[in-house]
Amino acid sequence: MEAYLIETVIKVVVVLLIFSALAGIGTYFERKVLAFMQRRLGPMYVGPYGLLQVAADGVKLFTKEDIIPTGVVAKIFKIAPVITAATAFMAAAAIPFLPQFEIFGYTVHPIIADVNIGILYVLGVMAIGLYGPLLGGMASANKYSLISAARSAAVFISYEVVTGLSILAPIMMVGSLSLVDFNNYQVENGWIVWSQPVAFILFWIAAFAETGRTPFHLIANDHEIIDGFGTEYSGMRWGLFFIGEYANMFFISFVIPLLFLGGFGDGSVMGALALLGKVAFFFFFFLWTRAAWPDVRPDQLMWLCWKVLMPIAVINVVITGIVMM
Amino acid sequence: MFEAIAFYLFAFLTISMFYITVTTNQALYALTALAAGMIFISVFFFILGADFLGAIQIIVYTGAVMALYAFGMMFFDTTRDVKEKQGNKFIIVGLSALSAVLVVLIFVAPIVSDNITALYPMTEGAGNTQEVGMVLFTKYLIPFEVAAVMLLVAMIAGIVLAGKKMDLSLTLMNDAQIRHIDEEKNKKVIS
Repeated sequence: MEAYLIETVIKVVVVLLIFSALAGIGTYFERKVLAFMQRRLGPMYVGPYGLLQVAADGVKLFTKEDIIPTGVVAKIFKIAPVITAATAFMAAAAIPFLPQFEIFGYTVHPIIADVNIGILYVLGVMAIGLYGPLLGGMASANKYSLISAARSAAVFISYEVVTGLSILAPIMMVGSLSLVDFNNYQVENGWIVWSQPVAFILFWIAAFAETGRTPFHLIANDHEIIDGFGTEYSGMRWGLFFIGEYANMFFISFVIPLLFLGGFGDGSVMGALALLGKVAFFFFFFLWTRAAWPDVRPDQLMWLCWKVLMPIAVINVVITGIVMM
Repeated sequence: MFEAIAFYLFAFLTISMFYITVTTNQALYALTALAAGMIFISVFFFILGADFLGAIQIIVYTGAVMALYAFGMMFFDTTRDVKEKQGNKFIIVGLSALSAVLVVLIFVAPIVSDNITALYPMTEGAGNTQEVGMVLFTKYLIPFEVAAVMLLVAMIAGIVLAGKKMDLSLTLMNDAQIRHIDEEKNKKVIS
């Protein structure tokens, strides 16, 4: 009992530390990759290749005054960024980050809670993260923030259906909701992406809406509604929104390979490295799209999700059902 | 021990969230407390080992309360207090306490007199999701299908009510066309 408790606490702390650090470094990667694609240099001056820019940004965010403007609903305004950051990390509890390995003769399962409904839990808790922009926008007493809040509600009701329906077909094939079972199924039967390419593409598109990345970055459209829900925020509260967003990007980059691309395979070292490679590719793809694609309008997103993606997902589920029978 | 700690912590949290929902006159507080309370309820499913229902509780109620927020955004200035008629506060407390006691009595009575038997005992080797599926498609098949048909009817009715002029999109028209539509409307009002 004590060993289990200590192990869980250690795992929680490790995941928290690694991914909040990665979220910071993620901003550096994003700026460098965008700069490279747009023929700029990106951060250059602080440290070698601008690497210490992350630390400088962190110091700035932590030491900046935390301003609560008059006229806002103070309690909700304060709690909104925490919701985004906290739910992003809560979702990580059911993700198997690596295959199980032995350290000093003790077997470690790199998953915090091996619930048998992993994928539902991950997607459900990630979806709560959108309450952060919504509440922050509605509490801010600012027109642009309110528009951004309305858009986050619109995004939520559009992508949620597509995510659910698109993973339904793979779930029918595997017969389980656990991410570990998904991985083991793919070891025996080959990657799901070969038998479910449509579901893979749909889930990938919905992942962009879920994390609010560029083609669907309409929640906080920087050039249109200033900074959306973040307009009135300053200091670390504003930073928490970003930690949540980047942590979400990393976690969804873990979920996509686990669901469709074989995950960590048979549990060898190569499999673990391959998983990290796939994660890196999906994270890079988020940045690549940001450099390459314009944003869509809210009505275009709703049109896309409800009139194009949802029917395709339903047809995919029906065809999968017929083939399985 | 952990189950007891989790139960009492989240029982307290859930009740206080719903208390805030009922008593506050700030729309944003009420909605947020409602969402939080609904999500905290899922903890009881997790404690009882019904993981599937817990996750479904989270997914369904985040979406449902999100729709309420949309209405709140349309009808209120959510940053200001709503002026409501203040009745006697003791009536609220008394009525909610009374109904809580009644609900507890209703659910506890069969347990106390040992009249509860599990008609569909756990199947060995079946997971949580499979258990729910088996009960839904054997014992509760008809209520399940009736509910599905009712939801379908409601959805079609909603589409019919909201579907007028769905093919028109103001963002895709130029100014002249929009002005033309406005004039058409005004003509009808005048005549």
